[in-house]
Amino acid sequence: MVASANARLRLETVKLTALFGQHRAVRDVSLLFPAHTVTAIIGPSGCGKSTMLRCLNRMHELTPDASVTGEVLLDNVNIYGGAVSPVELRRRIGMVFQRPTPFPTMSIYDNVAAGLRVNGRRPRTEIDHAVSRALQQAALWDEVKDRLHTSALDLSGGQQQRLCIARAVAPEPEILLLDEPTASLDPAGTQRIEELCHVLKRLYTIVIVTHNMQQAARVSDYTAFMYLGSLIEVGKTNELFTKPTIDQTEAYITGRFG
Amino acid sequence: MSTRALRRHITSRIMTGLVIVLSFTAVLALFLILGNLIIKGASSLDWAFFTKSPVPAGQSGGGVANAIVGTGIVVGLAAIIGVPLGVGAGMYLAEYGSGRLGWLVRFIADVLNGTPSIVIGIVGWTFIVRPTSRFSAVAGAVALAILMIPMLARTTEEMVRLVPHSLREAALALGYPRWRTSLKIVARTALGGIVTGSLVGIARVAGETAPLLFTALGNLNFSVHITQPIQTLSLQIYVYATGPFEEWHRLAWASALVLMGLVLIISLVARWVTRQRYGRIR
Repeated sequence: MVASANARLRLETVKLTALFGQHRAVRDVSLLFPAHTVTAIIGPSGCGKSTMLRCLNRMHELTPDASVTGEVLLDNVNIYGGAVSPVELRRRIGMVFQRPTPFPTMSIYDNVAAGLRVNGRRPRTEIDHAVSRALQQAALWDEVKDRLHTSALDLSGGQQQRLCIARAVAPEPEILLLDEPTASLDPAGTQRIEELCHVLKRLYTIVIVTHNMQQAARVSDYTAFMYLGSLIEVGKTNELFTKPTIDQTEAYITGRFG
Repeated sequence: MSTRALRRHITSRIMTGLVIVLSFTAVLALFLILGNLIIKGASSLDWAFFTKSPVPAGQSGGGVANAIVGTGIVVGLAAIIGVPLGVGAGMYLAEYGSGRLGWLVRFIADVLNGTPSIVIGIVGWTFIVRPTSRFSAVAGAVALAILMIPMLARTTEEMVRLVPHSLREAALALGYPRWRTSLKIVARTALGGIVTGSLVGIARVAGETAPLLFTALGNLNFSVHITQPIQTLSLQIYVYATGPFEEWHRLAWASALVLMGLVLIISLVARWVTRQRYGRIR
């Protein structure tokens, strides 16, 4: 079972600093993401929350001039250690972006299978099975099961985003990173994705970046508030939103700045 | 209508008219050439023209089958050599060419793009014809390929750059290695544009004469040997148009029409491929 294998999974950052050239976009952040929970990272635009997320699967370093200091521990192994391959790592950590990014030359089926095939050849039946499982997890199966081999671009924006979630979960990652996954969706599409978070956290550890505080309150178990690259406060979501201990947090969640 | 609105209205009309006149002038040249070719060449197009080789000077009849086949061979070979190199260089420039080497390759490609094609012919002569001591179809193909490579490199680069960065990131985040992202996601997404660019490049060089003068040389007999001199439509036109015989002039016009038709067909295919691309995947 995926769930039991993931039960002891630990993801945490230790004094993580992310730089663009000399600019420190994330400063000295130490944060633990408990297994099978949803952790939301909130904060005003430019506070480093997306950069923080991109450090967790080593996407940050793909930007020219970008670098990282500190550690990100996955099951107590520093993913920035010499023995870890970023390509292998990214197969264990799925990611969904702000805008839907279906591969335009591929069918719905091939999109979902993309992450499986890159891991080496597999029997067709196994891929069939994994694709339908992933689409079901992403609550898209019923809408596309009769047109799996049509272009992924024929789907609506909300469906495309759920397709991207299916693509991310198909290789059975341990962690799912969501970078403002509802930023380009309408309210109905947003609601579908939020419902998915509740279901998917049984299988995966989820980290979601959002600039929408209501969304953080609705979907997450823990919330981390970042400001100017620093972690200001982190706690259980209901506690952080009802009785924040730091003035800046309170100011932000009550809408006085940001 | 207020004076200001009236003035804007009039200015808009004048400018629109001006632009229409200018665009007509631009395409007028094409229609003049095409019309002229049809008037002077179409009457000579018959079955023999496409199936027979030239007859000795002075006699009437004969065709340019050797030149049509020769054009196919030389341009085909040039495409086999030039397309992989040009497209490969373009992929490199777009995906990995941000450094010093990329700058250098881009600069050289631009210089090469501006090099007169007769100079490329001399290069072909110096490096292939002289060492092998013979004019040949291969030498001509290499000259055309050299002409094609920088063109294809730059258009491929443009096409690949059009692929949104978010697609690259999506593939990398799925655990695709960089090379596989380039090949499976980026190149496939840009494929329609790359194919179009290649066809346009092929059509461009199909009409070239200068690079073939000292390489393929020309051949009045039917030949399919790539190590022998070979005739092409462009060379045939050059020889016939500058020759002394009325019969030759007639054939030159017809050959020009065929060459133009060939280029037109390739361009149409290129347009069709592009439309397929945008039709299917926007």
